[in-house]
Amino acid sequence: MKKFTTEDGLVMPLDRANVDTDYIIPKQFLKSIKRTGFGKNLFDEARYLDKGLPDQDCSGRPLNPDFVGNQPRYRGASILLARENFGCGSSREHAPWALDDYGFRCVIAPSFADIFFNNCVKNGILLIVLDEKTVDSLFREVSALPGYRLQIDLAAQTLVKPDGSVLRFDVEASRKHILLNGLDDIGLTLQHAEAIRDFERAHQSRAPWLFA
Amino acid sequence: MSGKTLYDKLWESHLVTDLDNGTSLIYIDLHFLHEVTSPQAFEGLRLAGRRPWRASANMATPDHNVPTTTSERSRGVEGILDPVSRIQVKFLDDNCKDFGIEEFAIDDHRHGIVHVIGPEQGRTLPGMTIVCGDSHTSTHGALGALAHGIGTSEVEHVLATQCLVQRKARNMLVKVNGSLRPGVTAKDVILAIIGKIGTAGGTGYTIEFGGEVIKSLSIEGRMTVCNMAIEAGARAGLVAVDDKTISYLAGRPFAPKGAQWEQAVSYWQTLTSDADAIFDAVVELEGADIVPQVSWGTSPEMVAPVTGAVPDPQSAPSEAKRGNYQQALKYMGLAAGTPIQSIKLDRVFIGSCTNSRIEDLRAAAAVVKGRRVAGSIKQALVVPGSGLVKAQAESEGLDKIFREAGLEWREPGCSMCLAMNADQLEPGEHCASTSNRNFEGRQGFGGRTHLVSPAMAAAAAVFGHFVDIRDVQML
Ligand code: SF4
Repeated sequence: MKKFTTEDGLVMPLDRANVDTDYIIPKQFLKSIKRTGFGKNLFDEARYLDKGLPDQDCSGRPLNPDFVGNQPRYRGASILLARENFGCGSSREHAPWALDDYGFRCVIAPSFADIFFNNCVKNGILLIVLDEKTVDSLFREVSALPGYRLQIDLAAQTLVKPDGSVLRFDVEASRKHILLNGLDDIGLTLQHAEAIRDFERAHQSRAPWLFA
Repeated sequence: MSGKTLYDKLWESHLVTDLDNGTSLIYIDLHFLHEVTSPQAFEGLRLAGRRPWRASANMATPDHNVPTTTSERSRGVEGILDPVSRIQVKFLDDNCKDFGIEEFAIDDHRHGIVHVIGPEQGRTLPGMTIVCGDSHTSTHGALGALAHGIGTSEVEHVLATQCLVQRKARNMLVKVNGSLRPGVTAKDVILAIIGKIGTAGGTGYTIEFGGEVIKSLSIEGRMTVCNMAIEAGARAGLVAVDDKTISYLAGRPFAPKGAQWEQAVSYWQTLTSDADAIFDAVVELEGADIVPQVSWGTSPEMVAPVTGAVPDPQSAPSEAKRGNYQQALKYMGLAAGTPIQSIKLDRVFIGSCTNSRIEDLRAAAAVVKGRRVAGSIKQALVVPGSGLVKAQAESEGLDKIFREAGLEWREPGCSMCLAMNADQLEPGEHCASTSNRNFEGRQGFGGRTHLVSPAMAAAAAVFGHFVDIRDVQML
């Protein structure tokens, strides 16, 4: 699995609460049987003026000038600044795949939806939860300063702002460990194969109908 | 020591081991698969040279992407016109064959939306842990199973290990007291709950739905409620087992038989929260206060009573919400203060894993019986949740009632709930929909969704705009 250690990147602000997974990647792109190639359709309905089709070349599509990500100053951003309940909606892992394929390595928001949160960890994307006030001030700072970057260090759990000031963030120890080491979690679970088999035997004797 | 909640019991009975850092390995009894979130998981297994841990604990069906017209469906997979969809459905067929997983393929008469067919077949049983690469897996909680959606990496993880790494959620009880007024349904109950606690209100919780109103609901109605637990932010919704649960399951094809049935039933009867269990959060609603609901915005929490109006963003509970309301009104093309009943509609969709079971179709048919779809409605679709629901409805003559009223009667699938197939809204169109999400573009690029109950959707089809179902006489 992909690792996350540090990221020094441009920040793109997406000032919108409850960004859902249909907004992140509309359903017509979920017909793909691959894990890659979703970046060009990230935020498709907001980003382009026309309706996107699967397997379409997006280079000639009309861009929506009102979409923040289309402003040249945010080109190449790898850190997304967002609002509360980011990633709500469906369980589609295509959402983190699209963020990753576009180049986002980290999303900062006051809160995230549960399933989306797990899906990001599985794809080496760091989600940072900061309180609403801090996120508010980041939104203000980013829009005031073109080229606004953050330096993120997961091991140290810090964000360094352009003026050198440092913000700390919390991360669950298990998620941190997995991200820092890019661990294969199936392999990790299979280290417990004996315990799983033991459980299964006991479970079967308690509830044999589940194994009929 | 205080008692245990139903969720605590289900968690403890599936705990394989606690891992470091507060996560646990939870055993999964049943894993549903569909065509959209599984191909990359199967590919992952192949690349790592892994096989399913217990193939018989899996069951698959293609639902998200399948066409619903009889002409396309009569030729099975090969009949799917959209080549990209056809490949995805074929991939599921091939993967299930390769890995020895039972599939209800597109031309099987038992085929349907995964969350409809699981309970219908008696695959879903109380006390199980159930996952699926689909957020509406919460539906199965209506039968007292711990069920939630997972992403594709987790699909692969469950296939390979029969386990999931989980962090225990907190317990929330949503209690709906008293009784419902005539015309008010399970859908209105869950929309009212989401309107009250918000789309993030249940984040981090497993919600148990209780109180007299929930007890009085049929199993189908409880499924409608649990289905939308995810729209309230909770990955799983639960209803305690009672006699209705057990009689619902009796005789279903995959339900246990004979001595095992007796043994299972006596275990299932323990699947309730203890009287002295402590919940981390409790929310109460009065059933009598709930009025038929209509969503006006682009989030399921943006609901109003059918007797109400589109709210003024100035009245939003917070500054941030004000912005959301403004964005939503712009997208929906609605002005603040517009009475809900004067919103003009273009299409109607009756279906989805929220409301496509037989009870839903009966409720809709009762409204349209002897009436005609309004001339201003371009299309009114009825999409049963499964082949068996379709057959049952046809045996009751519901298809005839729908057709005579001018609604289209389709083959089962997700259809216009997420519009991955040809059933889509055009930009700007308003749709009365019995589905669960009104996100921007959900039912088609630029489409505008209003979430309602089946009876409300049917009435909207007949009148061309929303009406209070309580005022509509059944002919
Ligand atoms: S009917 Fe809609 S919500 Fe239900 S599984 Fe299908 S797409 Fe998802």
